[in-house]
Amino acid sequence: MNGEAFTQFMTTYGWPFFWIALHSLALMVGLLIFIAFILYADRKIWAAVQLRRGPNVVGPFGLLQSFADMLKFVFKEPIIPSKSDKFVFLLAPIVTTVLALAAWAVIPINEGWVVADLNVGILYVLAMSSLGVYGIIMGGWASNSKYPFLGALRSAAQMVSYEVSIGFVIITVLLMAGSLNLTDIVMAQKGEYGMFNWYWLSLFPMFVVFFISALAETNRPPFDLPEAESELVAGFMVEYSSTPYMLFMLGEYVAIVLMCAMTTILFLGGWLPPFDIAPFNWVPGVIWFIIKTCGVFFMFAMVKAFVPRYRYDQLMRLGWKVFLPLSLFMVVLVASVLHFTKVGGV
Amino acid sequence: MLTALFFYLFASLTVISGFMVVFVKNPVHAVLFLILAFFNVAGLFLLLGAEFLALTLLIVYVGAVAVLFLFVVMMLDVDFAELKSGFLNYLPAGLFVGGILLAEIIMVSGAWILNPALSTLEKVKEIDPTVTNTENFGKVLYTDHLYYFEAAGIVLLIAMVGAIVLTLRQRDGVRRQDIATQVGRQPKDAMEIKKVETGQGI
Repeated sequence: MNGEAFTQFMTTYGWPFFWIALHSLALMVGLLIFIAFILYADRKIWAAVQLRRGPNVVGPFGLLQSFADMLKFVFKEPIIPSKSDKFVFLLAPIVTTVLALAAWAVIPINEGWVVADLNVGILYVLAMSSLGVYGIIMGGWASNSKYPFLGALRSAAQMVSYEVSIGFVIITVLLMAGSLNLTDIVMAQKGEYGMFNWYWLSLFPMFVVFFISALAETNRPPFDLPEAESELVAGFMVEYSSTPYMLFMLGEYVAIVLMCAMTTILFLGGWLPPFDIAPFNWVPGVIWFIIKTCGVFFMFAMVKAFVPRYRYDQLMRLGWKVFLPLSLFMVVLVASVLHFTKVGGV
Repeated sequence: MLTALFFYLFASLTVISGFMVVFVKNPVHAVLFLILAFFNVAGLFLLLGAEFLALTLLIVYVGAVAVLFLFVVMMLDVDFAELKSGFLNYLPAGLFVGGILLAEIIMVSGAWILNPALSTLEKVKEIDPTVTNTENFGKVLYTDHLYYFEAAGIVLLIAMVGAIVLTLRQRDGVRRQDIATQVGRQPKDAMEIKKVETGQGI
């Protein structure tokens, strides 16, 4: 290959590839460090609600607890059940983690700060989060054991059910914004009334439905039936240990933070400041995005501490008999209001 | 160049996983290969510039339909010996259907090669390249093909009603939870305060 062709190859494929790889690496490292502290925050909030101290030994105020946990998981011996399907058994946690991380590629954390600015970004996020169920089903089946299998079956039913209402909630937001691009959705929420222009106010019922469905989609308490300790020991994770277990945990938390970020983007104006006036718009957009995401996660953590676990039939009833009709009705309502008033996107 | 490379990657993986669906012994592995095939087809759609179609395929087929496949297959207790014994009985029917499909594919692609004017690709070019794929899709679907779209909706609705009718059964002696009754219950309906005399009991 001569010099000119090489230069051309590098400008068309080489440098963009390096650039994207660098972006992805920066995002992934930042995200994983954030997750480490989110895990710590989750445990601290839970402890505070129950008047316990929570992790407080490793590092100042126990801040390094997650890193200590990670090292411990990595250095333990992975145990693979002898009758399990070894390949699928080890594939399952990798699938969970990779899919959860992959969804972050389209999440804009500031204007233009996104690895891939897809114009079907929201569908991509929906696809990746709906594929997350495979990690759980594969793990549950490959363990070749009763509790994991039951946990996996529950999880499959639960995630498929709540995806339907999440889909309809997203449709109402899309109707308002007139775009499937996540950056455009955030920019459509910009207006003269600051935080009252964001969709949490105009689509308030959908905001609530999305929040609860996000809890169910990510198997957070009170919808953590796939791993309900009191009935299924630990559900699909029973047979996992060491690094594969850590990957499941990690994938779960990445998906949880993803759902917090999605709530921020769809309903809380992404990186936009609450009011576009002096002290607020000095703060960079990234900081606003992180503050909002942490705020949503605080609510997730509080729900975990407050609410008792749902029974399985109650969970299904909530999904199919309450959320589905409500969100369907809201799709029709939002579409007709937009059609007759000609406000919003298209 | 890169597009061609990715095309061959996705296409060969689709074909290989298609074969594996048929040839692997474990039905769960077969479904997992089917999912891999769906994935690669979504990749092919992306290469064609049909990103909406690609992601819809992932959400609908991989995210929902294949999950239910896997759900059912995992719970089935498949007897391989019985399956193998039936193989020869079904072979003629299978060959017949496969032969028809092969002939059709050859006819379609053959006609396309012999007479390029037969292909409907010209219609594709009319689509406005300045707006997004999704918008184009919506414009065509809800204007030109509205009746087909609604007919498809009705077919799906009938299928849904049919499935519910087939599986819904009323059983006697089942105590169901009625949320409205529970919430609407007042303390005075459920409780009664009695003053108990010492040593008397109720």
